[in-house]
Amino acid sequence: MSLFLRRFYFVLVGLFLSAPLIVVAGVSVNARQTLAFPPQGFSLAWYVEIFADTGWRNALFASLTLATLSAALAVAIALPLSWFLWRRIAPWANIFQLLGIAPFTLPPVITALGLLTFWATTGFYGQPWTAVISHAIFFVTLPLVTLSLGFSAIDRSLVEAAATMGAADRTIFRTVVLPLITPYLVSGYAFAFVLSLNEYIVAYMTVGFTMETLPIKIFNALRYGYTPTMASVTVLFVVLAAVIYSLIARYGDLLKLLGANSEEKP
Amino acid sequence: MPESGRAGSLPSRIPLRRGKTNGDTMSGLTLNSVRKDFGSFTAVNDVQLNVPHGTFVCMLGPSGCGKTTLLRMIAGLDLPTSGEIRLDGEDITAVPTHKRNLGMVFQSLALFPHLTVGENIAYPLRIRGAPREEQKRRVEELLAMIHLPGYADRPVAKLSGGQRQRVAIARALTRSPKLFLLDEPLSALDAKLREAMQVELRQLQQQLGITTIVVTHDQREAMTMADTVVVMNQGEIRQAASPIEIYRRPADTFVADFIGSTNLIDMDTDSTGRAIVLGQAIAGLSAPRSGKTILSVRPEDVHLTAPGSEGAITGTVTFVRDLGGTIETFIDCSGKPLIAVSTPRARPEVSVGQPVGVVLDPGVCVVLDR
Amino acid sequence: MRREAPQKLTDYAPLAFPAIMLTVFFVIPFGTMIAVSFFQRQQGGFYTPAFVLSNYERFASLFFANVLGFSLTLAVLVAICCVAIGVPFTYLLTRMSRRAQIVWMVALLSVLSLSEVIIGFAWSTLFSRTAGITNLLVALGLMQKAVALSPGFPAVLTAMVYQALPYTILVLYPALVRLDPTLTEAARTLGASPLRAFFTVVVPALRATILATLIMVFIFALGSYLLPQILGRPQHWTLSVLITDQAIYQSNMPFAAAMAVFLVLVTLALVTLTLFAGRKREAAA
Repeated sequence: MSLFLRRFYFVLVGLFLSAPLIVVAGVSVNARQTLAFPPQGFSLAWYVEIFADTGWRNALFASLTLATLSAALAVAIALPLSWFLWRRIAPWANIFQLLGIAPFTLPPVITALGLLTFWATTGFYGQPWTAVISHAIFFVTLPLVTLSLGFSAIDRSLVEAAATMGAADRTIFRTVVLPLITPYLVSGYAFAFVLSLNEYIVAYMTVGFTMETLPIKIFNALRYGYTPTMASVTVLFVVLAAVIYSLIARYGDLLKLLGANSEEKP
Repeated sequence: MPESGRAGSLPSRIPLRRGKTNGDTMSGLTLNSVRKDFGSFTAVNDVQLNVPHGTFVCMLGPSGCGKTTLLRMIAGLDLPTSGEIRLDGEDITAVPTHKRNLGMVFQSLALFPHLTVGENIAYPLRIRGAPREEQKRRVEELLAMIHLPGYADRPVAKLSGGQRQRVAIARALTRSPKLFLLDEPLSALDAKLREAMQVELRQLQQQLGITTIVVTHDQREAMTMADTVVVMNQGEIRQAASPIEIYRRPADTFVADFIGSTNLIDMDTDSTGRAIVLGQAIAGLSAPRSGKTILSVRPEDVHLTAPGSEGAITGTVTFVRDLGGTIETFIDCSGKPLIAVSTPRARPEVSVGQPVGVVLDPGVCVVLDR
Repeated sequence: MRREAPQKLTDYAPLAFPAIMLTVFFVIPFGTMIAVSFFQRQQGGFYTPAFVLSNYERFASLFFANVLGFSLTLAVLVAICCVAIGVPFTYLLTRMSRRAQIVWMVALLSVLSLSEVIIGFAWSTLFSRTAGITNLLVALGLMQKAVALSPGFPAVLTAMVYQALPYTILVLYPALVRLDPTLTEAARTLGASPLRAFFTVVVPALRATILATLIMVFIFALGSYLLPQILGRPQHWTLSVLITDQAIYQSNMPFAAAMAVFLVLVTLALVTLTLFAGRKREAAA
């Protein structure tokens, strides 16, 4: 393919991916409360609104809390599991790996409905903490995948070397394994965090009637018409996701996490 | 005490035996009937070995001969299927690696990428909670020993191959272990650096007097460094002796062929009991004890003369490789290829296609079972 | 460290927490959902334990057949569009510098992370009469008057391709980035043009990968629960939308559960197919 064709193709895909976001970004700086593009006037009022309006602020706070806690719980489930699978020969334990990957592979409605029936049956339906557990289970796949990748990247002779120098299993974990696995741990957490922040259906089916996360709030608002704050929140979320992924790329090997070979040594 | 050098390791002083060891050896490392099976594959088969304190042993053999598995069992990284391993009289067969006082250099070097040079070297002290001062002092001491003073704060990734090598060695020696194990430690280095490191490693071992076991597939490396060379093949020890003994008196054809190069020639006995090699009776060569045997003659012990000389076998030159200092002559003796290595002056002028006389020196030939 | 089978009971300790969490909060909920699919619905949104097949019997209706048919068709269309756009894009991407790849990946991941709610909102804005793309065309003089492009089938399809394209690229990436670059170089030295080399060397080498990706994107698209609702008309509703609708707005949990079980079965059948394709690829390699 000639260079021109290639460039043209990339610009086209880039436009497709960015067009709706550009329009939303434009709409978000409208001076008046109308859905208009190109924007009429310029105002950052709708960004202030996210923090000024109690409803939006609470939703933002709820989303951030949910994402922070559920990503932490997801990592807490994934770390011992992936460590065990790496450390021990126990083929039957792979069933848990499979269980960890299933919720994310199946259509999300299914996991959401399963959790809804479960919380309803056990009588905890609507409790805020049920959303934390639900999201942790739903997104446990992400830290599980990054950590499995991280463990497989550890040269086992490093661990053996530590043992020959007098380190017991627990010490090896603390001084060798954990420092080497940290970048994967952080990426796994970040992936789960960003996706939890954006998740709608599981949150809606578990706590939708008692709590509003941002995606739920946007959807509810959307049902009753248009509010410019939706646009500003959307822009905020895109920027947040881009910043977090850029940080992963800056401090880790993003392409390796996505399946490429390791970065060539400089 | 360390050996004074390999030249002094005469056969009579070889501190190592094959076969049954007496159980009262209190000092050094003893392997008793050690065996390791991986499924139906026997990696190490009934190995007996006694390594006295302060000895430098090289385990040599082709890849897959079980030498690395043996080393890993000594380190506790693999468990023997059967047999026992004793260190200074104490049975350590089931002792976990981290409770054996040893230092090991891995083929990959296994330097911790998340630690600096100094932190790598201090690792064994840090995990035992040694005071910071002591760690710092020991690191400086070791860096001086490996000729890298002032490198403590460098990241490992910034070192050259040879430097990484030295750091791995220093790290293994941090806590003055009883046993120093090295698995193909120099394989990643280029030829020149490797030779220099061999000398350095040997000198370091002599200086410290530490019992050392090196696994290698490079016989030059083994010859340079070891007090004792242990030749392994197919999971068994074929011979354990000083380098010169291994070279001069190989125990079998495998050892003869694996160490250095050699000419292996079938040998028969005629009706009068004389040794017959390539149709020529060789005077001075003791007749084979029984049945068919093989004669092992090093190329430098194959002398060339004019064809038809007294006691000489006649052959035809097929190829000449003149290396300047030495000349390798490839000869065909009635279908049997031989190689002779000679200095230019001790060699008659012959070229490809010409006949030549070959004389085997009976004094240095070795008779082996076929 | 010897990597060995656990010896003592305490060796299993790390497994305890993940095993309990995944069993209690995934396996049991899943079981609960299957159980509920056989329960009897009561008026007023409740259900009582029973074993009835009536929830499943409702599948045998023209309405349900239409929904299922539409869901499958839509998912197939999305998968084909995404793979058609994604394969050449990913291939060219893997041939770019690491730096450029990282920039694109950050962008793709950011789009992939977007909530379906946000994607739905963004596209409905783009397709709206007052702030949409048609305003641009009017400004360029290509159109007389701005119009709304949604709701409608093209709007649903576009938004779903938008949602699934980053996913497609990320699924394709590992296989393509590891593709031996000398393959196409060899084809070039044998006289093939770059385009020809791509279609005669790269595409055949990736046949199994492309098939597996098609199936994975198909499953991903089947899971879309909001876009058809926001951007489509009722006849554009998919199985996922119907499940959500039955569970939340119609409060018919048993029927929703029965449809979910059905969706799982369809998905599992396709995952099996993917694994089968993967195995065939390995056997071929």
